[in-house]
Amino acid sequence: MSSLEKRLAAEKRFKFYGMFAMTLSLFFVLILMYKIFSTGSGAFVRTTINADVYFDPNFIEVSSNSSKKEIMKASYVDLADQVINQNHPGLDEENFIKVREMYTRKFDYQLRDYIANNPNVIGKTVNLDISASSDLDQIVKGNYPRNVPEAQRKINDYQLSILDSLDSKGKMSKTFNFWFFTNGDSRDPETAGILGALMGSFYALLICFSFAFPIGLLASVYLEEFVKPGKITDIIEVNINNLAAVPSIVYGLLGLGMLIGVFGMPYQVPLVGGLVLGFMTLPTIIIASRASLRGVPPSIREGALAVGATKMQTVFHHVIPLSLPGTLTGTIIGMAQALGETAPLLLIGMVAFVMEIPGGAFDPATGLPSQIYLWSESAERGFLEKTSAGIMLLLSFLIIMNTVAVLIRRKLEVKW
Amino acid sequence: MLYLSLVLVFILSYSFYFYGKKRALSLKFKKNENLSSLPDYYGYYVVLLVFFPAIIIWFFLLLFKSNFQEMFVMSPVLFPDVATWSSGKFGLIMNKISNLSMIVNLSEIDLTVGDKSILKMASESEIIAAKNLANFDKIYGWSNLTLFIILPVLLGFLATKSISGKLNAQPIVEKIISYVIKGSSYIAIFITFGIFFSLVFEAINFFRYVNFMDFFFNTAWNPNRAFVINASEGFDQEALKEAFGFVPLLTGTLLIASVAMLVAVPLGLLTAIYLAEYASSKVRDIAKPIIEILAGIPTVVYGFFAALSLAPFIKDVGEGVGLPVSAESALAAGLAMGVMIIPFVSSLSDDVIKAVPQSLREGSYAIGATKSETIKKVILPAALAGIMGSFLLAISRAIGETMIVVMAASLRANLTFNPLEPATTITTQIVTSLIGDVEFDNPKTLVAFALGLTLFVMTLILNIAAITIVKKYREKYE
Repeated sequence: MSSLEKRLAAEKRFKFYGMFAMTLSLFFVLILMYKIFSTGSGAFVRTTINADVYFDPNFIEVSSNSSKKEIMKASYVDLADQVINQNHPGLDEENFIKVREMYTRKFDYQLRDYIANNPNVIGKTVNLDISASSDLDQIVKGNYPRNVPEAQRKINDYQLSILDSLDSKGKMSKTFNFWFFTNGDSRDPETAGILGALMGSFYALLICFSFAFPIGLLASVYLEEFVKPGKITDIIEVNINNLAAVPSIVYGLLGLGMLIGVFGMPYQVPLVGGLVLGFMTLPTIIIASRASLRGVPPSIREGALAVGATKMQTVFHHVIPLSLPGTLTGTIIGMAQALGETAPLLLIGMVAFVMEIPGGAFDPATGLPSQIYLWSESAERGFLEKTSAGIMLLLSFLIIMNTVAVLIRRKLEVKW
Repeated sequence: MLYLSLVLVFILSYSFYFYGKKRALSLKFKKNENLSSLPDYYGYYVVLLVFFPAIIIWFFLLLFKSNFQEMFVMSPVLFPDVATWSSGKFGLIMNKISNLSMIVNLSEIDLTVGDKSILKMASESEIIAAKNLANFDKIYGWSNLTLFIILPVLLGFLATKSISGKLNAQPIVEKIISYVIKGSSYIAIFITFGIFFSLVFEAINFFRYVNFMDFFFNTAWNPNRAFVINASEGFDQEALKEAFGFVPLLTGTLLIASVAMLVAVPLGLLTAIYLAEYASSKVRDIAKPIIEILAGIPTVVYGFFAALSLAPFIKDVGEGVGLPVSAESALAAGLAMGVMIIPFVSSLSDDVIKAVPQSLREGSYAIGATKSETIKKVILPAALAGIMGSFLLAISRAIGETMIVVMAASLRANLTFNPLEPATTITTQIVTSLIGDVEFDNPKTLVAFALGLTLFVMTLILNIAAITIVKKYREKYE
C-alpha cells in the first residue's frame, strides 16, 4: 500500500470513529427512553375486578342522611369483607384471606368514597369495578411469570384459579389509572399516586422563582449597567461562575446547616426546598440575564439618555424590557434544572413518606424527583412501574419547560 | 394566611401608587404648587415606602414562625420554670406537646373520656400547651393578616401625607432602587459565604470528635462504630479513630469518576470533532440537540437506569465470562455517569474546536494534509487548553454527582481500584449520614459537613483551574 492510500485509509477510519461515537451517544438516548417508557407505561393502566356491590345497611355505620364528615370517618372494613363474601360464596376462613388479598387493601376506602359521593346508594346494589391488588395487577399485565413454582410466586395457585374463573366470566378488565394523578403516596402500589409530589415540586418551584427571578434580574442589571469594572465586580463575577459549578449536594448542606440549623426553618417542607433550589438557580439566571442585557445595543441607551432620561429610566424603561425574553428563557431553563434536582431535597428531608397532598409551602412534602427516588428504593414490582411512570411525567414537564423557553426565545427575542 | 397577607402587601402597596399620584396631581392642579418630579414618581415614592418595610417584616415573620410558635407554646405562664430548662429537656417537652396536638383533635375532645393513655401521661399545662399549638396556625395567620392590613395602610397614609411640591421624589426613588439593585448582586456573595460558613462551622464541630489526621489518612470507614458509645462516658476514642477514614471514600469517588471519564472523554471528544468538522449542517442540527437531551435528563433517572438495568446486565455479562461482578459494582455507576457527562465534554469541546481560526485549517490543507491529519496535528493541539478545561469541568461534575452513586453504588466503603467491586463515594456517604437525621450532635451526622467541605474545596479548585484555562485560551485567539 502506498503512503497516500494509507493516509486516506486513516482518514476514513478517523471519520468512522467520529460517526461511531456520535451514533453511540444517540443510541444511549434511545435506549434510556425505551427502557423508561416500556417499564412505565403499565402504571397508567389498572386492573379491576367487576363485582355486584350490595351496600348492606347492616354493615354500614352511617345512613344516607349522615353528613359527609361522618361518612368519611366511618369504617367500611366489614362492608368490604361482606362484598367479597357475596361475590365469592362459600369461602372458608383460609381461602377468604387469599381472595381478600386479590383485591386492593384500600377496598374499604374505595367503598367509602363511593358512598360519600352517592349517599343514596345505601341499601341498593350497584355494579362496580374494584381495583385489584398490585400483585394480581402485575400477574395480569404479565410482569410476573405464571409458570414458575408456587413458592416463587406472589400469587398462589388458589388465587390463580379464582383469577382464571373471574377472567372466563369476563369480570376482569383494565381501566385508566387516574389514581396515579389524583392520589398522594401510598404503601400499596395500586393506590400510590404522584399528585402529592407534584404539588410539593410546584410549591418549591414557586418559592424558587419568586426568590431567584427578581434577585437574579436586578443583580445582573447592577453588574451590567451600573457598576464600573473594578475589584468588587471581579469578585462577584468569579463568585457567580463558581456558584454555578458547585455540586448540588453542597447546596443541600447549606439548606440543612443554615436554613434549618441556624434559622430554625422546618424540616421536609417545600419552603426550604424552594429556597435551596433558588440559591442554585440564581447563578444560571444572572449569567443568562447578563448575556441578554449585553445583547441590547448601546444605541438604545444613548437614544434614551439623549432625550433626557436618567440612567435609571433608561434601564428600566428601555433596556430591561428589551432583554426580558432572554432573561425569561434563562430562568425557565434554570427552573427546569431545579425541577430535576434531587440531592438537595434528600438532605433537607423532602424524601419522607407523605400521604397527604401538601396544601402549601409549609406542609411536609416530597418533590417529583425525590418521590421517584423513594419509589425506586422499594422492592415491589408495582412500584417499579410507578417509578418509570414518575420519570415519564418528570421528563414531560422538562420537555414542556424547555419548549416554552425555546418558543419565548424565537417569538419574543429581538434580533439587532 | 401568610400567603394571603403577602398578596395583601402587594395589592395595598400597588393601590397606594394611585393614591400618591392623585395627591401629587391635586397639589398641582388644585393648590397650584409646583411639583419637583413627575407625578408618577410620587406614586412610586409611596409604593416603595409601603412595600419594603412591609415585605421585610413579612419575611421576618415567615422565617421566625417556628420561634414564635415555641414562645407561644412554651409560655412562662404555663411553665413557670421554662427559663431554667436545658435545651434537651425543652426539646423533649416540645416534642411531647407536638405529638399530643397531632394525635388527638384536642379542641373537640372531652378530657374526662377518650384515649386516656395518652392524656394521662401529660400534665394539665402540657395539654393546654398542646391545644395552643393546635390553634397556633390560626392565631398566627389571623394576627398576621390584621398586621398586614393595618401596617401598609398606616405607612401609606404617612407617606402620602409627607408629599409636598418641594419634595423631590425622583432622586429618592432612584436612590432606593439603586440600593435594592446593589443588594441583589451582593446576595451571590452571601450565598457563597453561607455555604462556606455552614460547612466550616459544622466541620470544626466534627473535628472536635475526630482527629484531623485520623480523618484524612485512615483507611477504614465504619461510621456505625460511632454508635458504639456509652452515653455517660462520651464517645470511645479508639472506636472513633477507626470509624472515619476518608481514604476509601476518596478512592471510590476517583474510581467511579475515572470509569465515567473513560466513557465520556473518547465519546464526547470524538462526537465533538465529528459534529464540528465532518457533519453536514443538517446532521448537526438534529444530532446536537438530541445529545444535549442527555445533559437535561435528571440524574435520578440515570441512577434508576444504572441500578435497574445496567448493574444486572453487567453482572450477567461478568458471570457469563466467569468474572465475579458485584451487583453494586463501581462499573455500573461509572458507566451511567459517563453517559451523563458525554454532552458536557462534547458541547464544551465543540465550542473550543469551532473557535480555532479557519486560517489554521486552511494552512494545513494547503500543504496537503488530509482532514484527519489536520484535526490531529493542528486543531487539537491548538484547542488543547480549552479541551483540557472541559475535561476538568467534567471531572468536577463527576466527583460532585450524587444521585447516580446513591442509587447504583455501594454504601460499604471498600479500598479498591477494581471497578468490578463495590465502591462508595463522598456524596453517597453525605446522603446516608444525613438522611432522616438532623441532630448535629454526634460525629456520624457532623461528618457529612466535613465531607461536604472537602468536596466543595475539591470542586472549587477544579472549577477555578478550568475557568482560568478556558479564559486564557479564549484570549489567545481573540
